[in-house]
Amino acid sequence: MGTTPRTLVVMDVIAGLALAVATGMVFLYAPLERVMGAVQKVFYFHVAAGWVGMLGFGLAAIAGIAYLVTRQGRWDLLGVAAIEIGLVFTLINVVTGMIWARPIWNTWWTWDPRLTTATIMELVYIAYLMLRQGIEEPERRARFSAVYAIVGFLSVPLTFFSIRIFRTIHPVVLGGGDPTVTGTFSMTPRMTQTLMVSLAAFSLLFVALLWHRVRLGKLGERVEQLRLKLQS
Amino acid sequence: MDQPANTVNYFIAGYIVIFSAMLAYLISLVVRWRNLRQDEDLLMQLEAEQQRPRADE
Repeated sequence: MGTTPRTLVVMDVIAGLALAVATGMVFLYAPLERVMGAVQKVFYFHVAAGWVGMLGFGLAAIAGIAYLVTRQGRWDLLGVAAIEIGLVFTLINVVTGMIWARPIWNTWWTWDPRLTTATIMELVYIAYLMLRQGIEEPERRARFSAVYAIVGFLSVPLTFFSIRIFRTIHPVVLGGGDPTVTGTFSMTPRMTQTLMVSLAAFSLLFVALLWHRVRLGKLGERVEQLRLKLQS
Repeated sequence: MDQPANTVNYFIAGYIVIFSAMLAYLISLVVRWRNLRQDEDLLMQLEAEQQRPRADE
């Protein structure tokens, strides 16, 4: 339990290197957008963070289904780990969006459908962690959490498709959107390459962090078992 | 020709937020891991003491 597996160390190094390459591309390779200037470069990690957030929540829903089918505690560990990481990256996504919005929309915040649904999604999963804190019995906690993670996942497609379903001022850069929306831009090949590398780097980072968080959960379970053994 | 808007400060602020949040999460993982390891060591020590036969028995 104590020593870090070699594969995880390799994964950490790969994720770190990928993040360094993505950062280098954002700062040095991606061109300066001709209207928005440097702040447009927040876009690469903003999108990648949003992707990892949704990936985490999606994985938690799958883990929830797997738990309800198998009743194995490892799925519960995976679910909580995925949601915790998803929350961190969704927060990054929301805050970087606000920083981009200030010079482009001339406001830090507006109740646009995308911003609103993303905030609701973040709150839904914060409530997931609060729910877990409130249930003592492990089996009951895992069961409730699994159901919550599956139901809570409804907020993910709602957030993702909000800019395509509702009338919004949020730009739809990928897959086309209203070209008159403030902050929309056309992706050049270099921009697309930087975005792809950023998405890959964040995905690798997600896997590495998830692995660490699951190990932490296993250690927590072991400590809890030792405590119960000593009390009895 | 028009120059792009000067938004460098917001760009820097964005990346400071991104890396600070990631670093904070990494630190939280390390701190939680260390605390749990300390708890584990302590509990194992207590368990060993409980199992050791007392000298007066």
